[in-house]
Amino acid sequence: MKLSGSQIFVECLKAEGVDVIFGLPGGVVLPVYDVLYDSDIKHILVRHEQGAAHMADGYSRATGRCGVALVTSGPGATNTVTGIATAYMDSIPMVIFTGQVNSNLIGNDAFQEADIIGMTRPCTKHSYLVRDTRELAQTIKEAFYIAMTGKPGPVLVDLPRDVMVKEVEYIPAVKPSLRSYNPTVEGHMAQVKKAFEKIKEAKKPVLYVGGGMILANASAEMARFAMACKIPVTTTLMALGSFNSRHELALGMLGMHGTYAANMAMHEADLVVALGARFDDRVTGRLDAFAPNSEKIHVDIDPTSISKNVTADVPVVGDLLDVMKKFNSLLDGDKTDWDGNHREWLKTVGEWKSLYPLRYDKSPTGVIKPQYVVEELCRAAEGKDAIYTTEVGQAQMWAAQFINFDKPRTFLTSGGLGTMGYGLPAAIGAQAAYPDRLVVDVAGDGSIQMNIQELATAVQYGLNVKVAILNNGCLGMVRQWQELFYKRRYSFSDLASSNPDFVKLAEAYGAVGLRATKESEVKDVIKQAYATNKPVIMDFVVEREEKVFPMVPGGGTVKDIILM
Amino acid sequence: MRHTISILVENKFGVLARVAGLFSGRGYNIESLTVAETHDPQISRMTIVTRGEDRVIEQINKQLNKLVDVIKVMDVTQDEHVERELVLVKINAEEKNREEILRMAEIFRGRVVDVSAKSYTVEITGSEEKIKGFLEMVRPLGIQEMSRTGKVAISRGAKMLAPKNR
Repeated sequence: MKLSGSQIFVECLKAEGVDVIFGLPGGVVLPVYDVLYDSDIKHILVRHEQGAAHMADGYSRATGRCGVALVTSGPGATNTVTGIATAYMDSIPMVIFTGQVNSNLIGNDAFQEADIIGMTRPCTKHSYLVRDTRELAQTIKEAFYIAMTGKPGPVLVDLPRDVMVKEVEYIPAVKPSLRSYNPTVEGHMAQVKKAFEKIKEAKKPVLYVGGGMILANASAEMARFAMACKIPVTTTLMALGSFNSRHELALGMLGMHGTYAANMAMHEADLVVALGARFDDRVTGRLDAFAPNSEKIHVDIDPTSISKNVTADVPVVGDLLDVMKKFNSLLDGDKTDWDGNHREWLKTVGEWKSLYPLRYDKSPTGVIKPQYVVEELCRAAEGKDAIYTTEVGQAQMWAAQFINFDKPRTFLTSGGLGTMGYGLPAAIGAQAAYPDRLVVDVAGDGSIQMNIQELATAVQYGLNVKVAILNNGCLGMVRQWQELFYKRRYSFSDLASSNPDFVKLAEAYGAVGLRATKESEVKDVIKQAYATNKPVIMDFVVEREEKVFPMVPGGGTVKDIILM
Repeated sequence: MRHTISILVENKFGVLARVAGLFSGRGYNIESLTVAETHDPQISRMTIVTRGEDRVIEQINKQLNKLVDVIKVMDVTQDEHVERELVLVKINAEEKNREEILRMAEIFRGRVVDVSAKSYTVEITGSEEKIKGFLEMVRPLGIQEMSRTGKVAISRGAKMLAPKNR
């Protein structure tokens, strides 16, 4: 059967089980859009291509499936770059299809031509320029395969217009077999046993869990191991949701804005078991003072993450689901007295937890504290199987600190790249995957304006996300740093004088806008928002000077921690 | 320390850019890089000479392996191996120099591959030391122009850089 490249494209997406794609048409992808018009695949029309990339990313984080975006050449493609880099830094699987000018024009500075392969080479896991329609099906198959396997990541496929128009005999793709790409999935049993022996000998062990745990869908196996061995668990920003944050073994998040208990436990530990984490500088602070008295076990699917920043005493390369199952298999018949071994340690850790829990002072005047808003957003969502997304900055950190997590894939945040403007489109992507769940974007007044145009997308498709703006009238985290480290010289961080009226803005888009200016109004606004069958913007006018604490200043150690 | 790394890659569009981009993007230095097709036209072989502490070299090896189009990476420095480089040197060939150039070319087992009224071009193949030695000897005569390939390397004996049989 002869099909055009565009028809093959749609057949391939169906074969991959793609149910929704995020995109925006333009010149060279019109042949593809013409075929999409008749297809069953749902297409969400975005308002800016960055939104498409973040939506595909949010969809992927929420579901574990591969997100898909489709954009045109030139500016359409370049607009996705921030979204691709965001996904790359957090190892999120997605495939981005970009239109490209006709093959014979490539390199001629044609209208809307951009070397998107070249531009995204450092922020994609892999990329393809399709040069022949006969290679299209197999290329798409490979793109999905590479995005989803090993350490996941974004893959870009560049589609010249002529390739998509040409008709060829359609031969469905076969399972990819690449001699140059064979990620190690199975952890080496001898290494796992060696690690287990270290864990048995340790007196003060900590599980340091990273985003890899969520990507590997191994959270339940990890929790089983932690509970059986009575080992306290700290999660990175990326791993929030992988362990019940109210469990007695939970230390909460570690790092720059992590809990006192988590940072102290890492500092005092004699064994750090890093599981799908990569010793990022926001976690370690000053490297030579990080977990100084401990041996390190490091499990990761990516060999480059191991011994990159911190030398691993026992490295294990493999998929965490496989490795955690192997760890758990070693528990059968094991006679270790875990309770006895860790009693002292858990007592100490428990004391740290109760000594300096995450806290904030209520305002005596009734001004809204941003942390209170987050607590109430979470409280009102109890039992609703909510998914939270965040923008980046103070609001993100308060969300990380004050939401109770008990399920993976419910906290979608740009950790590695720290992309302001991520939260709203990511929420829309998650909502597209789960139309009936509550999806809340915890935003700042600065971040939300970076992709506010996607509110139109949410309204158009009835993707009823709830945006909670913690509106402090400034770029809050910038302001915090300026206050603490730049002598209160608030250089270009004020927004209050020119912020739009977010309630009117929501209404202008056909969404619902609500506002709270006093603490006493917060609960009602949230209740109303959650009950509204439309996208909602909640504008919480909060205390301007509130800061995120604890804080370990950049390049500092746990000894430098600022608690309040 | 200096390392010579051999890499087998898929002979595909953009592979060189991926490898070179990895080095520049992560701040690794490249002293030389050579690339050409192997006896299997689907596979190219690169030889990269780089410098760094053990930790950096380990990262370079791992990062190269992580590239999807890279089939195999070997740090040949660790094993018995042969390294060769080819250089073409155009030397001032005034009357009084000509004898000396020919003598040097003979001693270093080079060949004169082009002759003009004002220059002799000599081709020298060999190890880095040999090439360095030759260049030092002819430098006083006046080097007009030079072109070097950068190193290529291969392990001695049975050790081989080859794709896994599947």
